[in-house]
Amino acid sequence: MEKYITLPLTEELAKTLHMGDRVYLTGTIYTSRDAGHKRMCEALERGEKLPFDPADTTIYYVGPTPAKPGQVIGSAGPTTSGRMDAYAPMMMSVGARGMIGKGARLPEVVEAMKKYSGVYFGAIGGAGALLAKCIKKCELIAYEDLGSEALRRLYVEDMPLVVIIDSEGRNLYEEGRADYQKEHLSHME
Amino acid sequence: MREIEVSRITDVIERLCMEANEHLPEDIKCAIKDCREKEDGAIACGILDNIIENFEIADAENVPICQDTGMACIFLEIGQDVHFVGGSLSEAVDEGVRRGYEKGYLRKSVVKDPVLRGNTGDNTPAMLYTEIVPGEQVKITVGPKGFGSENMSAIRMFKPSAGLQGIKDFILETVETAGPNPCPPMVVGVGIGGTFDKAALLAKKALMRPINVPNEDPFYADLEAEMLNKINCLGIGPQGFGGRTTALGLNIETMPTHIAGMPCAINISCHVTRHKTEVI
Repeated sequence: MEKYITLPLTEELAKTLHMGDRVYLTGTIYTSRDAGHKRMCEALERGEKLPFDPADTTIYYVGPTPAKPGQVIGSAGPTTSGRMDAYAPMMMSVGARGMIGKGARLPEVVEAMKKYSGVYFGAIGGAGALLAKCIKKCELIAYEDLGSEALRRLYVEDMPLVVIIDSEGRNLYEEGRADYQKEHLSHME
Repeated sequence: MREIEVSRITDVIERLCMEANEHLPEDIKCAIKDCREKEDGAIACGILDNIIENFEIADAENVPICQDTGMACIFLEIGQDVHFVGGSLSEAVDEGVRRGYEKGYLRKSVVKDPVLRGNTGDNTPAMLYTEIVPGEQVKITVGPKGFGSENMSAIRMFKPSAGLQGIKDFILETVETAGPNPCPPMVVGVGIGGTFDKAALLAKKALMRPINVPNEDPFYADLEAEMLNKINCLGIGPQGFGGRTTALGLNIETMPTHIAGMPCAINISCHVTRHKTEVI
């Protein structure tokens, strides 16, 4: 189903999103990947605050290319989410409900999503030039020394996403493929 | 003998780094469009439409197709009658990468140390391969390689008794394990033979060959077609959401090997399989 949604990603909104929904997302999101997640989780373990209020936020796993003159941001497609699996449950425990990335997640991440009503959105891996078009504002907010991995606040409009795993734990990687096989491949056996 | 200033190599590599990252090769574009025609699921079609729109934006605006502008894999086929002058060849190659990644606003994705990390800040060093060939020309190929797909690659040292079936099973197993992670539809490079290291290099070289050019040996050309078809029956589909298009192409490169072995390396690449070649 096609859905146009506006952030923040409240628990109520998260529960209306289902595996396989094609979502156009508008609102403020935050960027972070490997090194940024490690720092944020270390800060939480020390009892410190994050550089932004994580309640009902969505984090985009991305390390963009440098912006050319006149661009808001460079090419900005998703990176492989699995590398953030070690940190995602802790981020959800403090309220960061949405994740945008690509690729498979571990069962413990899916369990945390069910517990905290999390949603895992897929952006198209490799479509960095297209996704950059949806990013209207970009502001560096912390960890500048990490370069492309620094923490940024983005404002996106109608960012094209697909719900890969929903808050009930249903997974498009499993069900989408099984549906295709059921429809197309049985006659090939 | 022909003298070539190494600064010419720098200039060509600078330009090829930018061009390769902004403009997808025609064979890959055609394959994506063909696959779009054959898909019927709403999600799979939508993904392929967006992928086409993406490389069209990159073409029109000269921006990177993907934010992972990769490690710069560089192949130099050097004519044996060439004499390089004016400095170190490998430094000239790195300088070309340094300038291309800076001038092209490409992402610097290389760390100094594999364990201790720390970005080198200029995307050097290049992964440089040189080969001496007859003649007095230099063929320069730049293939930026992203790591979402590189991480899903694999190598196995088979016993010869594993035979062709062992290799077929290994290809399918590797693609299956890769699943949605390498940004399917993917391109699969297979290297068979040589030693442990040569098999991996053959697999990388297989990714530099256009996917509409089959292996010259009919046996391997048939194997390429058979394995591509089998991969596309797995149902992984664009981005792993289910569909026909799991791979756009599969290239195999081979060489002689030892009586006791049958090395096989599989280098996985994504729908942004980039390479650009120039001869000077």
